[in-house]
Formats: sequence, C-alpha cells, structure tokens
Amino acid sequence: MLATIRRLVEEQGRLSAAADTLRDDADLYASGLTSFAAVQLMLALEEAFDVEFPERMLNRRSFASIAAIASCIAELKPEEVA
Amino acid sequence: MCEACDSFLDRMFAKGVLHATGVDGLYGRGASFEAVVDGLDRLITRLASDDAAEVIRFPPGMNRALFEKSGYMKNFPQLAGTVHSFDGNEKDHMALLDAIHNGGAWTQGQAATDIVLTPAACYPLYPIVARRGPLTPEGALFDVQSYCFRHEPSKDPARMQMFRMREFVRIGAPEQAASFRERWLDRARDFAERLELPHHIDVANDPFFGRAGKMMASSQRDQALKFELLVPIESVEKPTACQSFNYHQDHFGSLWGIETSSGETAHTACVGFGMERLTLALFKHHGLDTDGWPKSVRAALTL
Repeated sequence: MLATIRRLVEEQGRLSAAADTLRDDADLYASGLTSFAAVQLMLALEEAFDVEFPERMLNRRSFASIAAIASCIAELKPEEVA
Repeated sequence: MCEACDSFLDRMFAKGVLHATGVDGLYGRGASFEAVVDGLDRLITRLASDDAAEVIRFPPGMNRALFEKSGYMKNFPQLAGTVHSFDGNEKDHMALLDAIHNGGAWTQGQAATDIVLTPAACYPLYPIVARRGPLTPEGALFDVQSYCFRHEPSKDPARMQMFRMREFVRIGAPEQAASFRERWLDRARDFAERLELPHHIDVANDPFFGRAGKMMASSQRDQALKFELLVPIESVEKPTACQSFNYHQDHFGSLWGIETSSGETAHTACVGFGMERLTLALFKHHGLDTDGWPKSVRAALTL
C-alpha cells in the first residue's frame, strides 16, 4: 500500500523532492504539496484503492504525509493492510 | 400593514429602499440606498487615502477566455454566469419567437459570447498586471470595483445575485501581501466601529464546489487564508460576511505568471467590501430612514 501511495504522491503531488526520497512521516506540504495538488492526489487515491473518502477525512491533515494517507486508507479498507 | 410580520426585505420594498424585480437576489436600488453606497465608497477611499492605490473600475462582464484560464469553473461552477446571444438565421429567429410565444424553451439556440459575468472584482485585474511585466520592488496596489454575479437566488436580501464589490488588491513579495492583509484587519475594526455596526472577525472559507471543494475549504481554514468581517443582518446565529480578507499565497501569481522584481512568483492578497451587504447592515441596525441615523454614522458616511 505504501508503495502505491508513494507512486501517486510522485505522479500527482508536484513536489520539490522525489517521492522516494521522502520519509513516510515527512510533511508533504513542506515539500510543496499545494491544495490543488492535494485534491488531485485525493481523487487518484480513491481510484487506485477503490475507496471514497468520507467528509470527515476531506481535510489537510489526512493528506499531510504518506503515513497519514496510509492510515486513512487502512481505516477505509482494512484488508489493504494485511 | 403589520411591520413585525413582514420581512426586512418586504419592509425595504415598501419603503422604496429596494425595488423587487420578480427574481430573488435581483433588485432595483432607491435613492436612499444609493446614497449610503456612495457614502461607504467615500469612507473606504478616505481609509485608504495614504496608500496611493491605482484605481481601475470594471464593467460587470469579463473576457471569457481569461475567465476560463482563471480556474473559476474548477472551484465554483455552481455560481458562474455566462453571457449568450442569439446566433441564428431568420428561420431560427421565427422558431425562437414561436417558442417564446408558446412559453417553450427558447435559449438552446443561444451561443456563448466572449463575455462572462464577473465573479469577483479582482478576477479581471490579474491578467492586466501580468501583461505589464515584472513588478517594481514596491510591488503593486490596486483599488478595483465591479458589479459581480453569483448564481445563488435567495430571499435573504444580503445574498444578492448581482452586487458591487470594491477591493484593494496587493501584489508583491509574500511579506508585502501578508502585511497588507494585517493592516486591513486592523482598519476593519475601526471601519465597523465608525459605522456603529455590531461585528466580529472570524476565519472563513469560500463556497468551493463538491467533495474536492470540501478539501479546499478545510485547507483554506486550516491555513487561515480567509477572514471575514461578520455583521448580523438576517440572523444573529448566521451573521453576514460584509468584508473579506484573503491571502491567495502564490495562486494567482503563478496562474498568471506575475513576477516580483527579483524574479520570484508574486503573492497576492485582497480585501473585499460587499457594498450592498454593508449598506443593508446599516439599514438593518440604524433603521430604514437614513435621516434618523446617529449623527456620528451620518458624519462617517458624509450623508
């Protein structure tokens, strides 16, 4: 799951650093993730994992790091963690 | 007539402060309403008189191609209005007249023109600034005004579909944009106090569309990019935003390619005055007869 998230962060995030150089808990906004790019990333994650983020997750914190995204996905799709 | 059971809007219609048109949110303005709008304009000009902002006034429509580039449809498709005109031959014209006569649909043959209704007074400004090339080290400051359109019909008189927005727009380095907004947040308190309006200032978000919009709105609030001066008009629980203070970071600078003198992407901030909302707030709190308003308020507005 982390590898998929990392790939989508690379494709959608338009970050100043390559996603594979980022630690799981690195702040994506500090690496240049804009609000617009975060929306694109959110939509790409929904498609890749076949989930729909509920309203309570549609905020800045949910997409603040690869680890934060992973914990959202894990909550929506527990089977992905296994 | 029972004054207590009529709405604020009905009472303004009865007094000729506003005039109904049959469409919610679209009203004619009476002499007393316009006198207050003019008074507010003068007061705002005085507040900003030391700033030497460059004045530009826009018509209520803007260039459609520039509107498309602005990204407005990404975030607020539900609010936008486009201008279409008849684009057919004589046969089409006959069909059109028939459809109107029979109360049928007649607008499907209309074609988009090069004009859309301006959604915010600063939207037509950015491409003009971009065309001038890099900014000077002082950056730029503008005083703009436009009639704006938002498609949100409502019985709340403070939610008009066509209204005037006056804005000051600061374009420059990040600290120039940020300090501009801080200065106006201070001025706003003084402004509301001179008008003797109950008010408070709070963090806010724009009405972004859809699920992606939920994220944009939450992100905007988390970063405290937008503040509003709120005054109760139709409701105390849900006061009306009469002024907004926005920091766009590099959003418009990067979209339009506006550069600072050192070649960085410019940051922008704006402070917007909802002229009709401020006017309505004054009528709500000081009464429908402006002659009876407190002397101090009349003096502030040079009425």
